[in-house]
Amino acid sequence: MSAVAVAAESAKRRGLIALIRGTGAAGIASAIVIAIALFIAIFGPFIASDANLSRLSLSYVGPAPGHLLGFDGQGRDVMARILVGARTSMLGPLLVVAICMSVGTVLAISSAWRRGAYDTVVSSGLDVLFAFPAILLAILAATVFGAGLIAAVLALAVAYTPYVARVLRGAALRERGQQYVDALSVQGLSSVSICLRHLIPNMAPLIVAQATILFGYAMVDLAAISFLGLGVQPPNPDWGVMVAENQSGLIQGYPTSALAAGVCIVIVVVAFNILGERLYEQAQRERR
Amino acid sequence: MTDDRPLLEIEALTVQLPVEGSPRAVLRDVALSIQPGEALGLVGESGSGKSMTARAVDRLLPAGADVAGSIRFDGKDVLALKGADFRAYRDDVAMIFQDPRAHINPVRRIGDFMTEALRTNSGVSRSEASGLAVALLEDVGIPDGGRRLHQYPHELSGGLLQRVMIATALLTEPRLLLADEPTTALDVTTQAEVMAILDDLRREFGLTLLFITHDLELAAAVCDRTAVMYAGQIVEIRASTLLHGDPLHPYTAALAAARPDIDATAHRLTAIAGQPLSAFEAPEGECAFAPRCPHARERCRTEAPVLQTIDGGVVRCLRAEELRGRLEVAAHG
Amino acid sequence: MADPQPMGPGAAADAGPVLEVRGLSKRFGEQLAVADVTFAVPPSGSLAIVGESGSGKTTVAKMIVGLETPTEGGISACGRDRSKPARSSAERRRRGREVQIVFQDPYTSLDPRQTVAATLDEILRLHHGWPDERRQERIVELTEFVGLDARQTRALPRTLSGGQRQRVAIARALAAEPRVLILDESVAALDVSIQAQVLNLLADIRDATEISYVLISHDLAVVRQLTDDTLVMWQGRVVERGPTARVLDDPHDDYTKRLRASVPRPGWKPQRQQAH
Repeated sequence: MSAVAVAAESAKRRGLIALIRGTGAAGIASAIVIAIALFIAIFGPFIASDANLSRLSLSYVGPAPGHLLGFDGQGRDVMARILVGARTSMLGPLLVVAICMSVGTVLAISSAWRRGAYDTVVSSGLDVLFAFPAILLAILAATVFGAGLIAAVLALAVAYTPYVARVLRGAALRERGQQYVDALSVQGLSSVSICLRHLIPNMAPLIVAQATILFGYAMVDLAAISFLGLGVQPPNPDWGVMVAENQSGLIQGYPTSALAAGVCIVIVVVAFNILGERLYEQAQRERR
Repeated sequence: MTDDRPLLEIEALTVQLPVEGSPRAVLRDVALSIQPGEALGLVGESGSGKSMTARAVDRLLPAGADVAGSIRFDGKDVLALKGADFRAYRDDVAMIFQDPRAHINPVRRIGDFMTEALRTNSGVSRSEASGLAVALLEDVGIPDGGRRLHQYPHELSGGLLQRVMIATALLTEPRLLLADEPTTALDVTTQAEVMAILDDLRREFGLTLLFITHDLELAAAVCDRTAVMYAGQIVEIRASTLLHGDPLHPYTAALAAARPDIDATAHRLTAIAGQPLSAFEAPEGECAFAPRCPHARERCRTEAPVLQTIDGGVVRCLRAEELRGRLEVAAHG
Repeated sequence: MADPQPMGPGAAADAGPVLEVRGLSKRFGEQLAVADVTFAVPPSGSLAIVGESGSGKTTVAKMIVGLETPTEGGISACGRDRSKPARSSAERRRRGREVQIVFQDPYTSLDPRQTVAATLDEILRLHHGWPDERRQERIVELTEFVGLDARQTRALPRTLSGGQRQRVAIARALAAEPRVLILDESVAALDVSIQAQVLNLLADIRDATEISYVLISHDLAVVRQLTDDTLVMWQGRVVERGPTARVLDDPHDDYTKRLRASVPRPGWKPQRQQAH
């Protein structure tokens, strides 16, 4: 038992790399895909040629040297738009995840800790929010703030927070029930210190797994919102926008540009989902 | 009960379970036999293999278990039983567990739980099965059985639920009852009641009992003979009345001495150094208890002891003959 | 074994009880879990609170360490009231240096991500304004005292056995240098041979310090081994109290008698009672 436990323990302490290594072949492959996508999101705009340069004479022209995926209906280089569009396509979900994870974690831990009336108020408030579909909130946000990435991100963050808070509240309650928490409280450690130094680190694997899964969901939802015209505004390149813009191409028998953006979305989302599920399973296993 | 043939006979039972791909020993050369109507206690610390022994007898080992040796029930080879013979064996052998709540479906009524096996396996009608259940509940000290059958598990206390489990186990009229720490989760006074019920029923029904516990005193108090296990092996089997005052194995003596005495305060207890070994941690070719044994000699670390018969008991110790009469349990106080 | 725990000034000077509980009651909704419990523990004293599940003994322990708030009654330790939640963080820490607790379950009582040394260091840092070096020395003292080696001190709880974890929990409680240690079924989950080791450790701690014990237990043999006085609780009430030897050898109360008669021993015949 002990040799295995020691191995598991050292793995736990080596951080992100080991965390991913523990997810097996599918998890590692997904992590590599995500790493590539992140790389493109960061450096894509520097590699690509002008993504908004429109040459109508090249409308729906197929692949050519230097233009691997050809041109879209407005004669723009599809490859360039994919590379540049990666940034907004990845930045949106990242913001959504950052907001809903931090708000969700705080709500989850505070209500698990204080319980009682506070917990009831928070939980029922979240239940009400839970009832609103993300797209409806996005339409609402677009009318209030005007269509754009920020409105879409805020709408999704609001829509996802109840989900995050609910999952993490369960985990926080379990952790809160561990006797070491009582022991530290009897020692006189403040609630905030116990939460920051003990509760959150012990919930970290679950938090990371949740964030990863939500990233995939957010990407699909943001693409859908952009597709509806409520998110990123054309002509800014964005994968969701690209699918929307090139609908006519699909009908006319030039599917490459819409398809390329769609495939990118699917690959990245699937990678995030697989990695997230694997991380989640691993986190559950480690709980014994 | 005059039959000389043991009801249950285990010989050279060795069990390995796969852990992360590699086999790991949980039982090593276990041998014991129980006469019809006898109560045998099986005592040991965690990892000693006492529960695994019962699971092996009930053929409840996890998938992938590698089993060698023999288990014979009423002369039949248990490990080879199939089909109808195996179902008949399951009716002959019943098991009760430490945590009754983990072995009962919380959303089904007590009555459904109790009579299910009887109705599905033996084709007994519902009303007949319920009648039997009520009668058996009465036997385990639950007079209002008819009402209890309509209740859900959460409406019953742990002690009541364990009695329900006992009654359920008896419904198929088993000949052997395997009781795996059935009172460990119960309060002391409830434990006394459940033990009294088990004791009565055993005599009334002529049941044979294999009683598994970590509590040497409890086993000695309710069983005819007690077997002590350590690191997946039987180290001693002895009449319960002799076990405390005249043990054969140093581990038994040490175990008895380590328990505080309710009648006297010792300044310090005679603790056993180190910690109990699990079967898979035990080295081959030497005595598993030697590192913790106050009587160990060089020989104990180079030679594996085998079970031998001394004074009507069985012991696995190289120095058993030499140590006769010298293993008195240290008197407390 | 070096003096593990220099006591603060005035440890033995005040002759009054180090822990005092008066008219303590706790109500959960309709149910009265603890009803009018009163007792006092002198310095270096040891009191057992005996009872079965539902007797209220654990609730009493939780109220003493502030994990539950009493519905009625007073609790004071070292002469200071602690029946209301602490108002400041300084007061919370001071209460931590007065009364500590060791729980039953060795498997959840340690943070799985902290090594033994880090666990102890966090507590030493919390209570004592010591420099790094002094804390390191103290960690070595404490771990040696409870019988853990250097490798175990650097280890994570996962790699330790139940008995070793319980030693860590004891060391963590002692790190606060408390006047009273509450042992809430602290040896109940341990194997017999390990239980004896931990009971001996607890006896050593008493010999080496002036700490007082409150043992919450259902195990009368352990109670006999560790305590001078005993209080028997049944359904939230104290039904009998007295010196441990007297209570166990000559119980007066019917429930205590029944409890005593239920303990298995050679020649024991379990008694059947009416279902309830």
